[in-house]
Amino acid sequence: MQSHYPKLTLAVMVLLAIVPPALYLSGHTFYLDVATRLTILAIAAVSLNLILGYGGLVSFGHAAYVGLGAYAVGIPAYHALYGGLEGWGLASASGLLHFPLAIAVCALFALITGMVCLRTKGVYFIMITMAFAQMVYYAIVSIKTYGGDDGLTIDSRSEFPGISLDDPLQLFALCYGMLVLCMWLVRTIVHSRFGMVLQGAKGNNERLITMGYNTYRYQLIAYVISGAMAGLAGVLLGNFTTFISPEMMDWTRSGELMFMVILGGVATTVGPVLGAVAFLLIEEVLSTITVYWQLPFGILLMLVVIYSKGGLSQIVGQWSSKHSRSPKPTEGSNP
Amino acid sequence: MQILNGLQLGLLLFLVASGLTLVFGILDFVNLAHASLYMVGAMVCASLTLSLDNFLLAVLLSLPITAVVGWVVERVVARRLYGRDHLDQVLATFGLILVLTTGAHLIWGPQGIAVPLPQWLQGQVSLGETLVLPVYRLVIIATGLAAAGFLFWLVNYTRLGMLIRAGASNRQMVSALGINIELLFSVVFALGAVLAGLAGMLIAPITEASLGMGNNIIITAFVVIIVGGIGSMKGAFIAAMLIGLIDTLGRAYLDGAFKLFMTSEAAENSAPALSAMLIYIIMALVLAFKPKGLFPPKVR
Repeated sequence: MQSHYPKLTLAVMVLLAIVPPALYLSGHTFYLDVATRLTILAIAAVSLNLILGYGGLVSFGHAAYVGLGAYAVGIPAYHALYGGLEGWGLASASGLLHFPLAIAVCALFALITGMVCLRTKGVYFIMITMAFAQMVYYAIVSIKTYGGDDGLTIDSRSEFPGISLDDPLQLFALCYGMLVLCMWLVRTIVHSRFGMVLQGAKGNNERLITMGYNTYRYQLIAYVISGAMAGLAGVLLGNFTTFISPEMMDWTRSGELMFMVILGGVATTVGPVLGAVAFLLIEEVLSTITVYWQLPFGILLMLVVIYSKGGLSQIVGQWSSKHSRSPKPTEGSNP
Repeated sequence: MQILNGLQLGLLLFLVASGLTLVFGILDFVNLAHASLYMVGAMVCASLTLSLDNFLLAVLLSLPITAVVGWVVERVVARRLYGRDHLDQVLATFGLILVLTTGAHLIWGPQGIAVPLPQWLQGQVSLGETLVLPVYRLVIIATGLAAAGFLFWLVNYTRLGMLIRAGASNRQMVSALGINIELLFSVVFALGAVLAGLAGMLIAPITEASLGMGNNIIITAFVVIIVGGIGSMKGAFIAAMLIGLIDTLGRAYLDGAFKLFMTSEAAENSAPALSAMLIYIIMALVLAFKPKGLFPPKVR
């Protein structure tokens, strides 16, 4: 049984579409920045939810794809400005190059690492995804051309004919549109036959294999889709912050993404968005109270894990839902 | 020289990884925060060294302190997570890392602490004509080997080790036989903490004790236990040596090797990147042929 909370999803998305731009136009520019960051994190969380929530594949290296996506903006933009790599056709400030490049690079990386990672199960999978992410991290750190440890400033945002990402409203609109697209895509995938097999493999992999499904292939495709989607989040993030550094793909970032998915409620459409909202709220509120905001955050994280099961979307969903459905949180997942 | 450096890194990795694999093998518990105990050990030892002006005494005092920290962590957090989904354990211990790191930040401040070595450890020994080795590196290697030997003896030849092995293969049966399994778990967890702490203390005089030191080694320790087979002490030892050597030699010689068939500019750019990736490539290769690592434990 799926738990989707259509009303809640709609309400959250409508609020997200209306409130930040309205605040921006009335002079509170800060909130649009937060909202843009929110939508980007939400895209990354949505992509993680596809494999973690529906597929039961606990990837602890998702930030690597976000980082790779961001570097797919940074590196071409760098060469567009300082020369080099023209022969490869990579020196360009055009978003028409950046976006497909990010998605292609991330999909390829997901394909290669996924082929190895998916041979393993459980804890091995968690650790090996983490290790591969760290591999990318160290590789980027050691390439001095692109700033290494210090990161790289992106001098020009991705250029598109007709729209300018330097305008915060247009950037937000793009991120929001992409978020809706990704949520719709994941929802469609999950409801398709493909998605059913993916979820079935999470529940009982042996049974599906006995039924003749090559679950490995299904999981690999989901893994690639998820990686590409996280790459999309990365391109947007690079355009938003205009500064990229290996720190973006540190494994603690992956942990935060997992936190968003779990807190929001795994295997729900709106869960990752709620999780991203909650994470940003916690971060913003706690960091204004104390510079040691990670201390209460860490405690909260432990409490959430120890005491809650269905995540925010279940709590909010049950509270707002007038029908007495009892959505069953996906327990006993088989990571 | 580089081989000895690799050996030293391998032994330190083994100290961290053995605790991790012990805790996972027996408690079925994924402890991301394991490396935070490594950091705590180093920080405690560093501040004790500075206040006591005696490195050896500081190490001896820090060992029980890290054991206590490990004990408390087990009682307060880890215990509630046994038998839970690994995902839950990963997230909760991720929270634990934040707590321990920020806690250490509150106590010791953001700066790293350099640990001065006593005179008698600062010298160098010459072995043969060309080989000159710092004494302290030899001390690390000796201590690491001693700790590995002690662990081997403990697990294979003592009553506690027997219980540990029994607990790893059948938890219910051990507790049904009247063994206090909760106490056993606490002891195992504290033992893991001490091993990680010891590694932190040993490395502190070379690198200095800092808040972020745990974040770097935990991933490498993961690579080690994945390659070795999670839960296998022998696997952890062999894999730690392997990874330590490969990593050190890769960083030292890849640059030169690449220059043989590349322009030196290209070599200087690609060699560091590749040597940073080397151990992960090794891990991928091992897993491609043996998805459960080189020495998967027989039970479980």
